[in-house]
Amino acid sequence: MEMMKKNVCILDYGSGNVGSVNNLLAFIGIESLISNKPDDIKGSTHLILPGVGSFGSAMEKMSENLPINLIEEEVIHNKKPFLGICVGMQVLANFGFEFGQHEGLGWIDGTVDLIEVGNNPLPHIGWNNVDATRESKLMNGLNEINDFYFVNSFCFNAKNKEDILAETTYHQKFTSVIGKENIFGVQFHPEKSQGAGQKIIKNFLEY
Amino acid sequence: MKKNRVIPVLLLKNGWLVQSREFVRHQNLGNPIDAVKRLSKWASDELIYLDITRDDIYDIRRDDQGYENISSFLGIIESISKEVFMPMTIGGKIKNLHDIEERLLIGADKVSINTEAYEDDKFIEIAAKEFGSQCIVVSMDVKKTEQGNSVFTNFGTKDTGKDALFWSKRMENFGAGEILLNSIDRDGTGEGYDIELLDQISSECTCPIIALGGVGEWNHFKEALDKTKVDSVAAANIFQYTDQSVYLAKKYLSNNGCNVRKPDLLKI
Repeated sequence: MEMMKKNVCILDYGSGNVGSVNNLLAFIGIESLISNKPDDIKGSTHLILPGVGSFGSAMEKMSENLPINLIEEEVIHNKKPFLGICVGMQVLANFGFEFGQHEGLGWIDGTVDLIEVGNNPLPHIGWNNVDATRESKLMNGLNEINDFYFVNSFCFNAKNKEDILAETTYHQKFTSVIGKENIFGVQFHPEKSQGAGQKIIKNFLEY
Repeated sequence: MKKNRVIPVLLLKNGWLVQSREFVRHQNLGNPIDAVKRLSKWASDELIYLDITRDDIYDIRRDDQGYENISSFLGIIESISKEVFMPMTIGGKIKNLHDIEERLLIGADKVSINTEAYEDDKFIEIAAKEFGSQCIVVSMDVKKTEQGNSVFTNFGTKDTGKDALFWSKRMENFGAGEILLNSIDRDGTGEGYDIELLDQISSECTCPIIALGGVGEWNHFKEALDKTKVDSVAAANIFQYTDQSVYLAKKYLSNNGCNVRKPDLLKI
């Protein structure tokens, strides 16, 4: 069977270093570009929203630099596979509470709140296990080797349990992977997670 | 569960990977890009890249090698980030916010700051506010003097007279996200970490401490993880001399009950 050729549009909204996601895709032989142009977004088979910085500033930059309505049309209506990374996952929620209350995209019901860590330091930085809570295409083959690299102080509290695909423990459990139909989000950085990171990106591209 | 990290440190001088002994002698180990690819294959948890190219007097002797200026150091880092997908910390010659931004843009996740943290009292605070504590690592080179554990700057040549514990608490309060704690006395000796120093600092600080200086066998990593509260163990020389070094180190640690990421050699 001939596979459909994949090409990824990494959504460019002027947030930090999107280069490493692009480098990873190039490394595994996937065509990709960093863009905010409607034609590039429509012409791609998969969309990735990277994220660095705080919830509010990410939403602000996105509304300034991205054609949000067009992206919603592609993702919600046309069911184009979408992956949000780190803050790119968090903005899928209805609201985020980093530096005040901010409205998110609301594609997956939930809020983004500070992780409760007891005496542990924040941000939560380093390699931690991502334990699948149910079977999913995204976490396929990642039961044994499931350490991923995190840098986060906030986490996604999903309203509906069925949207949670995996959890991570740092003092207590928080959601590290969410998924609802064609929309996925990961709290960690696949582009910094070596083999496991490449595997999850490949899984996403299989969707 | 969050893991203790095993971190190779690469020392770059005039564009070449070098070995260091007590901060004085430097022996050339070859091409840094090849070294990084190997370390990545062996499942390092992170890389710390330090440019220890010194002043012009040193550089002139190596003019023919074509690597001496800072822009080629950054060029090397940029090439590495196209092939290696793990967190990367870059240090050396960072004097202002622009230097930090430049390094983050080419693929660094964190920067390591040493001398400038001392020269400009406000620098760490300003840098942490601008880029977030998570990407500001303060590197401390410590040497035993008559006064106790003293912090040295300028590649270990200048005694600041600051006590290591005082300095680490101060840096943490200014917003340092992590502290890279290096012992000048142990550098390159292979005698093991200065456990007393690591214990003192890691008991008092809440930010993660990365131990550096003196590792000569895998058990030295375990000793630091068992006897002190350091978050991560780092080393330079030992990782360069053994085939599959990081893999073997992690296998040893994991077999001996340490909380490290599985030494999987990236077989997924």
